[in-house]
Amino acid sequence: MNRLTNPLGTSVGKKLMMAVTGLGFCCFLTIHLAGNLTIYGGKDFFNSYVEHLHSLGPLVTLAELGLLVFAAIHIMTGALLFYQSLKARPIRYSVNKRAGGRTLGSATMPYTGFILLLFVIFHLINFHFVDKTNITTFQLLSNAFANPVYIFIYTVAVIIAAIHVSHGLWSAFQTLGANHPKYTPFLRGLSIVFSVVVGIGFGFIPVYVFLLL
Amino acid sequence: MTKSINITLKVWRQKGPHVKSGFETYPATDISTDMSFLEMIDVVNEQLTLDGKDPIAFDHDCREGICGMCGAVINGRSHGPEKGTTLCQFHMRHFSNGDTIVIEPWRAKAFPIIKDLVVDRSAFDQIILAGGYISVNTGGAPDANSIPIAQEIAELAMDAAACIGCGACVAACPNASAMLFTSAKISQLALLPQGRLEAANRALAMVRKMDELCFGNCSNERECEAECPKEISISNIARLNREFIKAGLVSSVK
Ligand code: HEM
Ligand code: SF4
Ligand code: FES
Repeated sequence: MNRLTNPLGTSVGKKLMMAVTGLGFCCFLTIHLAGNLTIYGGKDFFNSYVEHLHSLGPLVTLAELGLLVFAAIHIMTGALLFYQSLKARPIRYSVNKRAGGRTLGSATMPYTGFILLLFVIFHLINFHFVDKTNITTFQLLSNAFANPVYIFIYTVAVIIAAIHVSHGLWSAFQTLGANHPKYTPFLRGLSIVFSVVVGIGFGFIPVYVFLLL
Repeated sequence: MTKSINITLKVWRQKGPHVKSGFETYPATDISTDMSFLEMIDVVNEQLTLDGKDPIAFDHDCREGICGMCGAVINGRSHGPEKGTTLCQFHMRHFSNGDTIVIEPWRAKAFPIIKDLVVDRSAFDQIILAGGYISVNTGGAPDANSIPIAQEIAELAMDAAACIGCGACVAACPNASAMLFTSAKISQLALLPQGRLEAANRALAMVRKMDELCFGNCSNERECEAECPKEISISNIARLNREFIKAGLVSSVK
C-alpha cells in the first residue's frame, strides 16, 4: 500500500477520517441551521434565502458533491470500525456496568448514525429530489408538515442527530489530538450546547410551519 | 470492627482455551470484611480443594497493586467498582451479607482465556516489542542530568509510566480497544528527549501491531480512564493521535 493510504487504513487513521468528515457535517449543520432559521422571518424571507442560495449555482453543486464524498467516507468507515470492534469481543460480558465514561451519545454512535443515514435519504427525497418548477420551497415545507406523521419523523430525527453530535463534536477533537486541560472541558460543554442548539433549532421548524398553516 | 459476611459467587469456569464453559455458583461463607477480594477467592479455593474440586484459577503476584498481574470483571466493573485500585487492593468491606458477585475474566479476542479467570495478555508484550523502547548504545552511563527536562514534562512522562499493563482498559472498553495502554507506552517515551528520536517509527509500529492483534477501535468512550487502576488519562490517547498524525501524515517515515 502507498505511504498515505497505509496510515489512513489503521484504526487511528480511520478514526481521523471519521473526525474530519464528522466535523465537516457539524459545519454543514451549522450553516444549514443558520439558513433555515430565516423561516422565522416569514415565508417571503425564507423563499428569498432559498433563491439566494440557489443563485450560487456551481458553488452549491460543489458543496453537495463534497458532502456526498464525506458521507460515503463517514458511513463506510463508521460501519467498518463498528464491525471490527464487535469482532474484538466475541464473547460478551454477562454483566455490563458503566464506570462513568460512557454517555448516551457515545454508547449509541453507530445506531444513531445509521438512523441518520435513513433520515438523510428520506429528507432528500422530500425536499431535494422534487420538481420545484411550480412550487416554492416554503409551499413544499408546508405541504409536508401539514401531515403530523412528517412532524413526528422530523422531530425524532433531529433528536437523534442531537444525540449523535453530543458525543461526536468533542470526540472528533480528541481524535485529532486536541486534548488540553484548559480547553477539553470547554469542548465537552460545547458539544452539549451544540447538540441542544441543533435539537431546538431544527426541531421547532416543522412545528412552526405547522402552526403557520 | 471485623465483620463476617456470607455471599454467593457466580464465577466463569473454563478448563482451557476454546472449551465449552460457563458460570458456576459457589457459596462463600464466613468471609471477613477485612479480606481482600483475592484472599476471599483463596478461602473459596481452599474449600473447593477440600471438596475435591478444581480451584478457581486467577492471576496474581504482588497483591499490592504494583505488578499488574491480577484482574477480573466484578459485577461488570474491571478490578471491581473502586476507583484507582487493582483487584488485589479491593476489599470485601464493599459487599454486604447475602450479595451475589459475578466474576468474569477480561473479555477480548486479543486476550484469549487460558483457564477460568486467567487470560493471555502477551498481546501487550507484542505491542511493546513493536516499538515501546529506546535504542541506546552500550558504554559508560551518561551523566544523569546531562539532558535538562522540565519538571511538568517529567511528571507527565511519569504519570504515563505508571501503567502496570494489567489490561483493565481493554476489558472495560466497549470496543475492547488497547488505546489507553498503547498511548501510555507511547507517551512515556514521546514526552522525553531520549524517546523523541524514534517517536515517528514507534507511533506507526505500535499502532499497526495493535491493529494486527485484533484489538477494537477507540471511540472515545472514556471507560478505560474511569477503570484504570493507575488513573492513566485519555490525554495520552490524544497524544498518541498527535504522534500518529505527525508520523503517518507529516514525517517521511514509512
Ligand atoms: C449519515 C449517517 C451517519 C452515520 C451512518 C454516522 C455514523 C457514525 C459512527 C458509527 C460514528 C462513530 C465512529 C467511531 O467512533 O468509531 C460517527 C462519529 C461521528 N459522527 Fe457520524 N454518522 C452519520 C452522520 C453524521 C452527521 C450528520 C454528523 C454531523 C452533524 C456526524 C458527526 C459525527 C462526528 C463529529 C463523529 C465523531 C468522530 C470521532 O469520534 O472522531 N455524523 N458517526
Ligand atoms: S492503562 Fe491502566 S488499565 Fe490499561 S493496562 Fe495500563 S494500568 Fe492497566
Ligand atoms: S497482584 Fe500485583 S497488581 Fe494485583
